[in-house]
Amino acid sequence: MKTLIKNGKVIDPSQKIEKKMNILIDGKIIKDYPVNIKELEKRKDLKVIDAKGLIVVPGLIDIHVHLREPGFEYKETIKTGTLSAAAGGFTSIACMPNTNPINDNASVTDYILLKARTEGIVNVLPIGAITKSEEGSELAEIGEMYKAGCVAISDDGVPVTNSNLMRRAMEYVKAFNIPVIVHAEDTYLSDDGVMNEGKISTMLGLKGIPNASEEVMIARDIFLSELTGTDLHICHVSTEGSVRVIKEAKKRGVKVTAEATPHHFLLTDEEVGNYNTNAKMNPPLRSSKDVKAINKGLKDGTLDVIATDHAPHSEDEKNVEFDIAPFGIVGLETALPLSLKLVEDKVLTINQVIEKLTINPAKIVNSDKGTLKKNKIADITIFDPNDEYNIDKNNFYSKGKNTPFQDWKVRGKVKYTIVSGKVVYTN
Amino acid sequence: MEFKRKNIISIAELSADEILHILDTASSMKEVTSRNMKKVPTLKGITVVNLFFEPSTRTRSSFEIAEKRLSADILNFTSSQSSVVKGESLSDTAKNLESMGASIIVMRHSMSGAPWVLARETSASIINAGDGRHEHPSQSLLDLFTIRQVKGEIKNLNVLIVGDILNSRVARSNIHGLLKLGAKIKLVGPGSLVPDYFEQPGVKIFYNLEKALENADVIIMLRVQKERKSLEYFPSIREYSRFYGLTGEKLKIAKNDVTIMHPGPINRGVEMTSEVADDSRSVILDQVTNGIAVRMAMLYLSASWRSNNL
Amino acid sequence: MKEKTILSSKDLERKTTRIVHEILEDNNDINDIAIVGIKTRGEYLGRRITEKLNSIENKNIPFGTLDITLYRDDLRNNLILPELKETDIPFNVENKTIILVDDVLFTGRTIRAAIDAVMDFGRPAIIKLAVLIDRGLRELPIQADYIGLSIETASTQKIKVFLKEKDKKDKVVLLNNNGI
Repeated sequence: MKTLIKNGKVIDPSQKIEKKMNILIDGKIIKDYPVNIKELEKRKDLKVIDAKGLIVVPGLIDIHVHLREPGFEYKETIKTGTLSAAAGGFTSIACMPNTNPINDNASVTDYILLKARTEGIVNVLPIGAITKSEEGSELAEIGEMYKAGCVAISDDGVPVTNSNLMRRAMEYVKAFNIPVIVHAEDTYLSDDGVMNEGKISTMLGLKGIPNASEEVMIARDIFLSELTGTDLHICHVSTEGSVRVIKEAKKRGVKVTAEATPHHFLLTDEEVGNYNTNAKMNPPLRSSKDVKAINKGLKDGTLDVIATDHAPHSEDEKNVEFDIAPFGIVGLETALPLSLKLVEDKVLTINQVIEKLTINPAKIVNSDKGTLKKNKIADITIFDPNDEYNIDKNNFYSKGKNTPFQDWKVRGKVKYTIVSGKVVYTN
Repeated sequence: MEFKRKNIISIAELSADEILHILDTASSMKEVTSRNMKKVPTLKGITVVNLFFEPSTRTRSSFEIAEKRLSADILNFTSSQSSVVKGESLSDTAKNLESMGASIIVMRHSMSGAPWVLARETSASIINAGDGRHEHPSQSLLDLFTIRQVKGEIKNLNVLIVGDILNSRVARSNIHGLLKLGAKIKLVGPGSLVPDYFEQPGVKIFYNLEKALENADVIIMLRVQKERKSLEYFPSIREYSRFYGLTGEKLKIAKNDVTIMHPGPINRGVEMTSEVADDSRSVILDQVTNGIAVRMAMLYLSASWRSNNL
Repeated sequence: MKEKTILSSKDLERKTTRIVHEILEDNNDINDIAIVGIKTRGEYLGRRITEKLNSIENKNIPFGTLDITLYRDDLRNNLILPELKETDIPFNVENKTIILVDDVLFTGRTIRAAIDAVMDFGRPAIIKLAVLIDRGLRELPIQADYIGLSIETASTQKIKVFLKEKDKKDKVVLLNNNGI
């Protein structure tokens, strides 16, 4: 089966391509960039996608997603989560291990990959836990998980509080050449906090999580990465101080990368308003000073990746008192249009946005995807950059409807998501 | 002036005029409470639910007396545990109460923002009797009523609020109310309990009580929480009361006609000495009396909103 | 809008004086009497009556004011409530002859509420009613004992009482079409 994508504007940061061109897919791989397609188009075994007015990019990659299966299938399943990913233009997603049971051994990894193979519609890259049950006291069987297919280790949701154990984990993982992905938080400083510590949390009477809670841990993990020589990737950076520390470390040559979520580069803690639980996540929405710093960090390359931290919850779970509502919002189906706002606001060029959603995350998890190079697997996303619409959670494929972006007017709609040469989603 | 709110959940959302309207209504109610026959038939046939998720004798009894004086039908639901432990979600509780015919729900909850969850789910009027650390509107309104009664006008008064400001819903409500009525506020307490986030025009922060007492017109002493968690914020009750407790000596620094207030119950010897609590300038007992009149006013105005709008 | 003056300033004065004399004539022992004016304008009329009684008899007859808002049945019947005012009965009503004073007697509901209110203060021996205008159209079995002027009106008409204490003039007018 051959597929021709014609007339589209191709943006492939991995090859520094940004021009109108055609792409020919043969079976599962990207075959060629044909210039004269008249003869080609006459073929009977050819499927043609006319991408006139559309943008063609490598399939988007999100290295921070919660698929909730096994254990929390009422929030999301691998089936609905990958469907949601496809609708958002993502062809590969890395899923965090805080499922039930936790993905801290090869059999859970196997289960996730089996489900992904049989019910998932995009590529699923499992991330294994650093410590058993994410309890932070004993190392998980990292080697076995690597062999089973884990692309990284992380205790996402919680930090590894014991610095000595974190050091050992970093040393141990070097044999497998996979990164340590950290949710950096000093839980003692966070101390039951439920939103950013500031004027707003004070007047709402809600316990606050200070910036220092994240910064202190990022600094620690950076020093440990330096000590051990391990690849460190920092999740969901949210504060000015964090960006500063990461920038300085990079200058020194530390092997650290970092990600920011759309909600952290667009929203401040004002979003909480009258105790809106769809504005409750960890790390929380911060002040405008921090949001500015995140934007700056994206612009100057301190922040390498845009990732969503897609965290679906049921409506009942979120429709409660702010203190007891679970942290997290969904993000797969809103990431692309929200990221395009960075182009509108002249923070990034569209090339840079795509880079942070494709080749950069791919490199971090040692994936050979995120590119449109010839002979690579054909994971491709085609979207309309001008299609304007209002975000409507009722149209989400995800089971989770917990988003603060409801009714936002945005531009950028996914038209085709192609995985291994096959169209898995179209609009 | 017509009362235009379905719910009374925070002082923050009320305008100065609305606050004064409630206080004026409370004056009329106070007259009722001074009669021999302390009852009027105004809320006859109207069902008021007291939904208290946090234990409270004072506030609940005060609301209950207020409701009885207005001849309302009362339903009492008390639970010392949050809805999560009980099993029923707050929104389900709200819907059940509405089905039982509740017109007004007086709610106290341990979590900030809980009244909004209730307000979303029911068409009954919600009166916030205290939510977590957020607000305690009836306490603030009775404090404002009392101050107005003693001092005449609140504008330009130097008001001190002393104690655990960080964790106090009374402090937050009073800050909003006093600022709206033009008072000048000094927040006093240990550094760990008076964060900079409270600074705003009209509000000054002091860690030294003696300094703050100069020219004070009104002193509102807050209750010190004695549980173990407090020791994160200050080392001991003894040290706290040495630096932040009000004594007769320290009182001399304030104006001669300074008014002493406390939301109750008082920890004698901690927030203030017995000498201060029983001083002639203390209006702590008046606060209790006024509390009933103010709560009657809140109930009456909520019921009149319902009468005018439903 | 048709407006007709039914009592001029002078008429009003005369009616009030006559009511005062009727009260004196009617009640043997002036010491048993107390006047209670129903807010808003009943208060001003009540005060005038009390002052006249006091000057004629050289006494200090007890005077109180009543706000009946809290006794109305409106809250349960979804009617618009007027502003809450204050009640002040600074004397003991036990065994007294209470004379309620109001400006206009109409449906009788205000008076019913006033009677309830007075009873909550204690047990008077007798309650009587003095009004400046009785315009008929009763909805309850209530009657006035002392009446300034009795006039038959239609429900589409409106009576407006102006008193110096509040309205800078003394006058009573009758308006057609509810004064629109």
